[in-house]
This record gives sequence, C-alpha cells and structure tokens, in this order.
Amino acid sequence: MAAVSATHLSKSYGKVQALQDLSFTVEAGELYGIIGPDGAGKTTLFRILTSLLLADSGTAEVAGHDVVKDYRAVRNVIGYMPGKFSLYQDLTVEENLHFFATVFNTTIEENYHLIADIYKQIEPFRKRLAGKLSGGMKQKLALSCALIHKPEVLFLDEPTTGVDPVSRKEFWNMLLKLKRQGITIVVSTPYMDEATLCDRVALMQHGKFLGVDTPKHLMEQYPETLWAVRSDGMHRLLGDLKAYPHVRSSFSFGAAYHVTLGGEGNPEELKAYLETRGHTGVEVYAIPPSVEDCFMLLSKNTGDER
Amino acid sequence: MKQFQSFVIKEFRQIFRDRRTMLILLVMPVVQVLLLGYAIKTEIRDARLAVFDPSKDAETRRIKERFAASEYFILTEELTRPEQINDVFKGGDIDLVLVFGEDFASHLQHDGEAAVQLIADGTDPNQAAMLTGYASGILADCQAALLENYNAPFQIRANVRMLYNPQSESAYNFVPGVVGLVLMLICAMMTSVAIVREKETGTMEVLLASPMKPMHIMLSKMLPYFTLSVVNVVTVLLLAVFVMGVPIRGSLFWLAVSSVVFIFVALALGLLISTLVSRQMSALLVSGIGLMMPTIVFSGLIFPLESMPEGLRWISDFVPARWYIAIMRKIMIEGVGVAYFFKELGVIVLMAVVLMAAAWKNFKVRLV
Repeated sequence: MAAVSATHLSKSYGKVQALQDLSFTVEAGELYGIIGPDGAGKTTLFRILTSLLLADSGTAEVAGHDVVKDYRAVRNVIGYMPGKFSLYQDLTVEENLHFFATVFNTTIEENYHLIADIYKQIEPFRKRLAGKLSGGMKQKLALSCALIHKPEVLFLDEPTTGVDPVSRKEFWNMLLKLKRQGITIVVSTPYMDEATLCDRVALMQHGKFLGVDTPKHLMEQYPETLWAVRSDGMHRLLGDLKAYPHVRSSFSFGAAYHVTLGGEGNPEELKAYLETRGHTGVEVYAIPPSVEDCFMLLSKNTGDER
Repeated sequence: MKQFQSFVIKEFRQIFRDRRTMLILLVMPVVQVLLLGYAIKTEIRDARLAVFDPSKDAETRRIKERFAASEYFILTEELTRPEQINDVFKGGDIDLVLVFGEDFASHLQHDGEAAVQLIADGTDPNQAAMLTGYASGILADCQAALLENYNAPFQIRANVRMLYNPQSESAYNFVPGVVGLVLMLICAMMTSVAIVREKETGTMEVLLASPMKPMHIMLSKMLPYFTLSVVNVVTVLLLAVFVMGVPIRGSLFWLAVSSVVFIFVALALGLLISTLVSRQMSALLVSGIGLMMPTIVFSGLIFPLESMPEGLRWISDFVPARWYIAIMRKIMIEGVGVAYFFKELGVIVLMAVVLMAAAWKNFKVRLV
C-alpha cells in the first residue's frame, strides 16, 4: 500500500501557482526525497499532505486517510517537522520532548528506543532552553519531538537547512536508521548532495515534479558526457566558456564548471580555445553527473519549453 | 485529559518564565488601584473659595468665618458682581464659589429659610462633588448652630450647582473600573498574544498537525489567564476594601459570579482576536486600541455615560466592561440584591456565550 499518494494536486496563492497538477505516490517504508530550490512549492506540498492546507483541486491520502475528510486520522499517524524551527524556545529540551509526547498520547519512555540515537546527543543539554541550542541540536530536538509518537509517515520539510555539514551528515544517518525501522519518510531539501541518500528522488521546480526516479537511475540517464573545466582564471572562465560556440550548458559547481558540449565540440578543442583566450592551467576532464547536474539539465529543458 | 493537563502545565511554565510580563500582570493592577484610588481619595485641603455676598449681614459673615476657619477652604476673594463668577472659574483661580441670596439674614428670620448657592467646576466631577460635599457639611453645621441660638426651625437651603457637568459620578467608580480594565487587559490581550505567538513562531503548525483537539488548545490557553485574573480580582478587591476603604455592601457570591462571567467575556474576546490576526503586534494593537480604548471611554470609568450623546451611549452598550462596572457598583456601593442587576448580568452572560461560540467557530483547524 502506498504510504502517501497525491493525485492532481493544485494550489495557487493569488497569481502564484505553488503546485501545478501534481501526482505521485510514496511506497510504505520508502525514503522519498523532494529536491528543489526555494520557492519550488515544497512547503506548500508538505502542508497539504499534513492536512494543514487545503489544495485548490486534487486529492491526497496519507496512510490510507484522506487529508481533507479524515484529517484527524491523518494527524494521529504522521510526524511533521516544519522548515522553521518550531518548538518552544522558552521551554527546556526535556520539557519540549515531554510536551510533544503527551500531546500525541504517549510517553518518552514508551518510544525512547526510536529517538535514543538522536536524543542521546542532546541529552546532556536537557535542562537548557530550546532557544539556546545550536542549529544542529535544534534540528535533532525537533526530529526527536516529531518522532516521539512513532509516526507511520514522517514529513520533514528542509530539516537540514541552516545546519552545519557535520550535523547534516549525522542527521541523514539517523534518517537511514529510522527507515530501517519501517517508518516512511518524505523529506525535502535544497541540497542536491543529500538526494543520493534517498530511495527515490523527485526533482521539483515551479510547483511541478521534473522527474521522479532513484538517484542512481537519474544519474545513469544523464544523456550527455559531462566535463569539468578549470583554469587559473576562474572568474573569467565562465564568460569565455559561454563565448565558445559549442558549449551547450555551463554551471558553476564548486571548484570547477560543469560543461556539456554539443555539435562539433570536443574537449581538446575547448582546451585549445581557452588557451588562446589566455587561460593557463586549463583542465578539462569527464566526470559522472550528480543529482544536481540532472536537476540543472531538467530545469533547463523545461525552461526551454516555456 | 493528560494532553490537556500537559498543555496547561506548559502554558504556566511559559508565563512564569517570562518574569517581566508576569510582574507586570501581577503588579499593574495593584499600582493602578493605588494610583487611581489615592488620586481620587486624597482629601482636598486649602481649596480656593470665592464668595458673592450681596446681603453682607451678620449671618452671612458668620458663615463666611466658618468657611475660612475650615481646613478645607481658604477664602481668597470677595466678588462684587455676579458676572465675576464665570471669570474666576475661567481664570482657574477659584475652586468653589459660595453665593448668598439677597437679604439672607432677614429671609432666615422671617421666612425661616434662606438660600445659598454653591458653584463648582464640573469639568472635574470628582473634585467638584467633594468640594460641594465639604461645603454642604459646613453649611449644615451653621444651621445646627443657628437652631441652638434661635430655637426655631431655620433652614439654610444649599443649592448645589455644578458648572459644565451637571451629573457628577461617584468617586467609588474606580475600583469596579480598574477591575474591568485589568481583566480586559490580562485576559484579552494576554490570551490573544499567547495564541498568536504560537502562530508566529510556527509552533501552531506542529500543534495543528498533532491529534490535539482545537477546543483543548483554546481551553488550555484560557485556564492560566483565568487563574491569573482571579488572583488579580481578589488582590484589587482586598486593596479596595482594606486600603481604600471602599465598602462591599452586597453579596460576595454574586460579586464572584459576575467577575467570573466577565473574565470569560474577556477571555473569549482574546480568543476571538487571536483567530482573526496572525501577528503578535496586530494582536496587541487590536486588543489595545480595539478593547482598551472603548473600555476606558465607554465604561463610565472616566467619562460619565449619562452626558454622552445618544449615538455614543448606544455604542457603549456593546462594551462588556460597561455592564460589569454597573454590576460591581450595584453590589459594592449600593449593596442591592441580584434582582437589581439581573439585566446587566444577563447581558454579560449572553456576551460570554456569543463570543465563546464565535471564537470556537472561527478557530481554524488548518493554516490559512
């Protein structure tokens, strides 16, 4: 049975179309990632699925319950962690956890095993006010609070935004552990690198899914060879790459530019071309595409359609 | 039930942890009562008295001497023409004018009755009422002395006239008024802010996505402020009785019942406001300007309702504090039974029910 299923969901705020005829399913026990930039409509989608917003049209079910008609039932079985840190800043770590446990009719002791891994890390600070925790610890507390009632489906809206890289990594390790406990997890993130850890990834932009697939398959399907290009004059390089007639796309990507070539283009010629433009230390080498490259390609294609 | 309990505990924790607000909530009513109470209660000494005495006989002289000897008045001016009365008030030099009738002594001796007029500045009704009160007291003393001397039923008819504001209000207004104000402030403002804060910080999103029932959320927000309000009512009343000397002549039971009903009205108003706005600032503004101002203006606390134009009086009927203050006055000062404030009590009960229903109906189980 699908843990989450959405059919033809649409939602607009005035003239802004936040969701456009969105349909998808999440299988039980799946770790499902929704990847997209800010403003893609991720939060709107989460709020509709958690019964907090009404869609303009379309239906959605979570754990077999309609999110509109059976919203009470939905609220009994989901765990939700909104994007903004939303625990009580003026209560301590322990008080927050205890409060959310009782709100969900359970106790900390009953489900401690679920949160033990996460909670142990913040337990030394259990008497500290939640508002005084660091970003990473706040997220761990929020996750603990969202998990304490052993939800069937866990919705995490950008749980790692604003969290340092080490905590992000820890956080994803916890998600993988939770998945092994049989909890279905729907998680959104603007970080493409986190997508590879999901079972399936939906690439989202302008209220639509550009593509849904396993991260591996997404990357395998990348239709072109991807070249990383570097030189000693990186800031000039982008302009020169764009000036080269055979460069189809080029994106800044950390220390290098990711470039696809079309038509007559080949890496040797590109290198020679760049050297004639006065670049030294030019390197052009093939690299495997990442999820972000897939996203860029997909969003570029839909952009062309418009 | 455990959910509810835990929610209430959490609310109390949050209130107690916010020390500054807490202090304001508990101390403010005391300060208000003391300030307003003493400002009104403080006895007036050395009020400036002017006299217009066309008869200038032995009796009027005797009365003037009595006034001059009193600790309340200083005789500062003898007026020669009646037109001067208005001038001295406009100049602000005089607090009270004593006007004798013509041929005062002969009237007193032949008719057994003579007239005195007391003219006070009604723009400050409390002070005016107090001054005329003192003056009437002195006149009564004079009359008693005359009775002994002449052994005849003489009567000095004191004719009190308040300039600018013919009906002056009772000085005891302030206690019911302050209770009404404080309850409005604490219940309405604090509850609305407490709920809107959850919306603003995003915790409401988590609460809504939980199995918590909306009614429970609302009730658990109300309970702590209800408790605080009861504490405040008791403090204010204790102060009023033991420090200010304001009597509670009527039934304590009905006083408690009315106060509880009024607290519910204020709480429901707060809840209603919280369902209408989404920012703490707007909640503060709405409850501040939307509730405090009408409460102060239309409750009869400062501006007497009787002297308001009809349209404004009609508006004042919708101000809950107006009815509550009327009940409190009847219970505390007049000491009358429930039959005399049945209508007022009915009005606030109705208000409580309607507002509560509106707040509940308006409470959104989803984000807007």
